[in-house]
Amino acid sequence: MNTNSNTYTIIYTTVLVVVVAAILAIIASVLKPRQTANVELEQMKSIMLAANIGETNGQPDKKADFKKLYDQHITDAYAIDANGNKVAGVDAFHVDLKSQYNAIKNGGELTLPVYKCKLDDGNTVTILPCYGAGLWGAIWGYLSVEEDGETLHGATFAHASETPGLGGEIAEPWFYNQFDGKSLKNSGAFSSIKIVKGGAGSDRNGVDAISGATITSRSLQNTIEQWMNYYKLILGE
Amino acid sequence: MDKETYLKPLFKGNPITVLVLGICSSLAVTVQLKGALVMALSVTLVTAFSSLFISLLRNTIPNRVRIIVQLVVVAMFVILIDQALKAFSYDTSKMLSVYIGLIITNCIIMGRIEAFALGNKPWPSFVDGAFNGLGYGMILIIVAFFRELFGSGTLLGYQIIPQSWYIENGGWYANNGLMILPPMALILLGCVVWVHRSIDKELQEQ
Repeated sequence: MNTNSNTYTIIYTTVLVVVVAAILAIIASVLKPRQTANVELEQMKSIMLAANIGETNGQPDKKADFKKLYDQHITDAYAIDANGNKVAGVDAFHVDLKSQYNAIKNGGELTLPVYKCKLDDGNTVTILPCYGAGLWGAIWGYLSVEEDGETLHGATFAHASETPGLGGEIAEPWFYNQFDGKSLKNSGAFSSIKIVKGGAGSDRNGVDAISGATITSRSLQNTIEQWMNYYKLILGE
Repeated sequence: MDKETYLKPLFKGNPITVLVLGICSSLAVTVQLKGALVMALSVTLVTAFSSLFISLLRNTIPNRVRIIVQLVVVAMFVILIDQALKAFSYDTSKMLSVYIGLIITNCIIMGRIEAFALGNKPWPSFVDGAFNGLGYGMILIIVAFFRELFGSGTLLGYQIIPQSWYIENGGWYANNGLMILPPMALILLGCVVWVHRSIDKELQEQ
């Protein structure tokens, strides 16, 4: 058989691609439920770490069951629109943050998730997500705000593909633990967290930037500000 | 099949230290031993099974599109591994992030298929692929061992350097921060090549 004829080549490649595509499609649909469960567990972990739950000395507990902690501590989850009003019938946990980010950027209906979390000491913190663009890919995170509506209780961030050791450091405890105790208000008026190059010192509205990761630091600052501009409407209520 | 088929990729024809293939990923995934182990296993599986499949198909592949056919087969195995890691070992999958996907571009795989699998029977091709993957993985593990031990004081996440040695606990020791940065991986890799060449005199140029 002439394996170099055009007909043979076309039929051969078509069959090969169809077979490979079929195998991958089957495997992907078989593994999908497990992958989704992993992603959801990761989201619960981020939310819990933002409220400093499941942490020892600022480091995440390796053995903690974050699904159980989540079910124990989260008392309410709902979504708000651009005016800070509750939107009925939205499953806050499954809101796609990326589509919300696009809606913030390009205008559109907002359903921004809000989580209420009861701490072990009896206080309630409000956990608020944010999502934006880093240097290479998406960055996102959660901030928890205490009942006074301005003091940050904790924070956690994650990224899709920032440079390890540079922008990737936003996901490390040393970076996100800096947010603990910072304030969203400056002399009474709303002021988002600044990520300061060269060190924030004792500034209650700022944290240290990551050296060598100027763009990721700046993007994170903008992302937090963009989202907090909406969330400030409901803080302190 | 003689001993050369499986011994050569490990030592005299090691893909990293002698052929200098697959350097990029060996710098990126060697910060921790666990990442290096998973990467070594993944690359071994991909090279072994891609070589096996291409060797089975070698007499039917139209010559003009053979690179595309190879890529489709390699890509299939890489995606399978990526999907399996996402489902069964999410933390590792997150740690290795894009580097699993980038196995497709690892020169070792295409190199072995072009140089060996296209002209040999399935079983020797499988062994050749597997041992090239292992030769690559071996270097990865050596580099990762030193980087994790001296960069973080741990191995596979377990603390090896006693806590009481650290300066913050009143001792004299500190982790070497340079170890966890990619440049140090290149320097360590250079040291591995150096040691390898001093032992094996045949590799030395006149």
